[in-house]
Amino acid sequence: MIWAASVLDLSRFQFAMTTVFHFFFVPLSIGLALAVAIMETIYVKNKNPLYKRMARFWGKIFLLSFAVGVVTGIIQEFQFGMNWSNYSRFMGDIFGAPLAIEALLAFFMESTFIGVWMFTWDRFKPGVHVIFIWLTWLGSTLSAIWILAANSFMQHPTGFEINTQTGHVRLTSFMAVVTNPQLWVEFPHVIFAAVMTGGMVVVGMSAFGLLRKQHRTFFTKSVKVGAWLALVGSLLTIGAGDIQTRFIINDQPMKFAATEAIYEDTKSPAPWQAVALINTKDKKVTGSIEIPYLLSLLSYHSTSGSVKGMNTINKELHAKYDKKFGSDMNYYVPVKTLFWSFRFMALAGVLTALLTFLALIWSRVKKDTLADKRWFLWILGICTYLPFVGTTGGWLITELGRYPWVVYGLQTIADAVSPTVTAGQLWFTNIVYFLLFCMTGGVMIFYARRTLHQGPEDDAPVPSAKQPAQGHTAAKEAYGA
Amino acid sequence: MSILQLLWYGVIALLFAIFLFLDGFDFGVGMATRLIAKTPAERSLYMRAIGPHWDGNEVWLITAGGAMFASFPLWYASLFSGYYILLFLTLVALILRGVSFEFASHAQTPKELNVWQWANFCGSLLAPFFLGMMLTSLIQGVPMDAQGNIWANFWQVCNWLSIVGGIATVYFSFLHGLHFLSLKLPADDSRRMLHVSSKVYWIAYPALIVFVLLAFFQTDFYRARPISTWLITVVILLATVAGHWAATHVRGGIAFIATGITLAGVIAFIFNGLFPRVLIATNPKYSMLIKDAAASPKTLSIMTIVLVCLLPVVLIYLIWSYYIQRKRLSAQDISTGESGY
Repeated sequence: MIWAASVLDLSRFQFAMTTVFHFFFVPLSIGLALAVAIMETIYVKNKNPLYKRMARFWGKIFLLSFAVGVVTGIIQEFQFGMNWSNYSRFMGDIFGAPLAIEALLAFFMESTFIGVWMFTWDRFKPGVHVIFIWLTWLGSTLSAIWILAANSFMQHPTGFEINTQTGHVRLTSFMAVVTNPQLWVEFPHVIFAAVMTGGMVVVGMSAFGLLRKQHRTFFTKSVKVGAWLALVGSLLTIGAGDIQTRFIINDQPMKFAATEAIYEDTKSPAPWQAVALINTKDKKVTGSIEIPYLLSLLSYHSTSGSVKGMNTINKELHAKYDKKFGSDMNYYVPVKTLFWSFRFMALAGVLTALLTFLALIWSRVKKDTLADKRWFLWILGICTYLPFVGTTGGWLITELGRYPWVVYGLQTIADAVSPTVTAGQLWFTNIVYFLLFCMTGGVMIFYARRTLHQGPEDDAPVPSAKQPAQGHTAAKEAYGA
Repeated sequence: MSILQLLWYGVIALLFAIFLFLDGFDFGVGMATRLIAKTPAERSLYMRAIGPHWDGNEVWLITAGGAMFASFPLWYASLFSGYYILLFLTLVALILRGVSFEFASHAQTPKELNVWQWANFCGSLLAPFFLGMMLTSLIQGVPMDAQGNIWANFWQVCNWLSIVGGIATVYFSFLHGLHFLSLKLPADDSRRMLHVSSKVYWIAYPALIVFVLLAFFQTDFYRARPISTWLITVVILLATVAGHWAATHVRGGIAFIATGITLAGVIAFIFNGLFPRVLIATNPKYSMLIKDAAASPKTLSIMTIVLVCLLPVVLIYLIWSYYIQRKRLSAQDISTGESGY
């Protein structure tokens, strides 16, 4: 029964909910900041006011995303201590430093310069003003490095020893933490995915704008900027993902085998299962569509080579860890979730690349027919949400694929939870967070849609009669009343 | 206790003090939107006054949390899990306050605007209240075990001292916000802020006396470290008198500094009294000490290098961001200005 959920279950649910929700807005903010920075830079270069309007319009969407990202980010900073105090004790010597550096190096930068950027459009020359949005983007990108440095240690611990007195982790080499190979395969994948997300959201929302048959030039140009970002971003994400996958095959074989639903060692060359019916109880795949050679190609870039199955890996893990963690550990990760997450993630990446490529073809200067292809605009519009499927899928693979560890090979999730927190408290916080997320996420989408429907400023039909969609319309009305 | 551990204990105190000094006025301005402002337009103007700054100010709390995690992981783990609900409520208040700026800038009907202005007010009122409660209930001791887990029940966290502490934090944040507004608003509004402040100040004295009395009997601060504790108490009192004088004589700048010192003084009071502990257990042998809670010397020295390199840069651009936006606002600022994020 769900009401009988344990403190561990509820804590895990809370972590999943808060990070997944937060991670909608992180890639979106990083990607949109880059898109806005590029638009404003084009304006600085060619002085075309269209690009200033573009930077301001998409800047509004960026600010909405940033606002929700900031408030959901506060939770992250504190929930390690609140829900995972034993983890914090165990890992504090390593985990805290990246978080503190993230705040000092990145959060101050983005929060300060976003404030300056917003309020000083009239005060600085365009060439100076554009620097502020670039610094905001830089700040958010730097923050990704540091939080991923912390995450990478949990995936692949480096530069530490176990303090024999306390049993806690102790830092031996900060350089090893920062040069963790896991970090440098994870970070490019995440940051390119962010570029893809920002670009695709610009494309998708612009498609909805074009469907309304207003501001055709504005939205077509926006599609171009967005599509270039999303196309380059998605291709680089796929490339970085390939490198990351081949790292994970050796580093976390269970995670890899689960994303491919391989229980028994494969033959060589290994076929790739596009879809599969998975029976986790009997540890069997009962039906699948296979593409020969492809798994060997994906895993080893070679036409031969077999992949280890979960049953073999399970035995190896038991042999390796039973002495310390006991023989009743379950090393099978949630196979179905990982298998399907990977497929949705990959599909989202490939689809984004394909769609944005078509968008670029059909909006090229000589033969711009994009606005007339309403069926395609509908697809693009719906695919505004596509990158979030990809980023969430990726995040689920990364985090659930680490099961049963919170820190790989060192601490289990069950050992990490706060002993003092009760199920009642967790029910309360889970429900309140859930409602808050529905509210903030819902309002954010509502306002983003409304901003889109009102179109870019200076472009409103009758500017003098009613103020265009700009801040404090209601306040102005109240002043007038 | 090593010198680095001592340094980082001071750094954590400093980060919390700067946070209260800076975000304290944001909270106060948020409270003023309901308590002083009469029209939605005035409320928007107040929110505009802190619009460019509140987010950066909040980062000091994030930094304090992160620095605590890095330098005193055991303290971070015990404090945040032990004060679970209070910290959670603080976060909820910060979330409400945080989204209200951006959402209010998108509001198009008076009703919509009203919702987000209320969110700003409630968040700004409750965040310092719960945070103040947490910080002051910390000083009277809670049940702890040998592993450093805090097993406090509701009444051990929520009692007279902590409630008065919460109210005092709210109260001085409010004054601090009024003084900040007196520096940012047009001359007429500015005088009004200081006028209200000079009246409201009278309640400060009984509140402070009650707080000192409760602290005297409920904590060991005045017995364990009498000289420094009394010294800080006197500084807080002097700052209060000075702020009152400045508000009465329409000196917004001095009044602002004075309330800032009072708020920072509360942090100094707490950290001075805690020393050399970080958490006080009802059974003294389980109290958590600085030397036991600290991270390894290696982590502390890396963090010190990071701090020495980054903090000056941060301070330079933070001060610069205040400097370029130092001009007083006028009513036009909300009709021509940017979104009031």
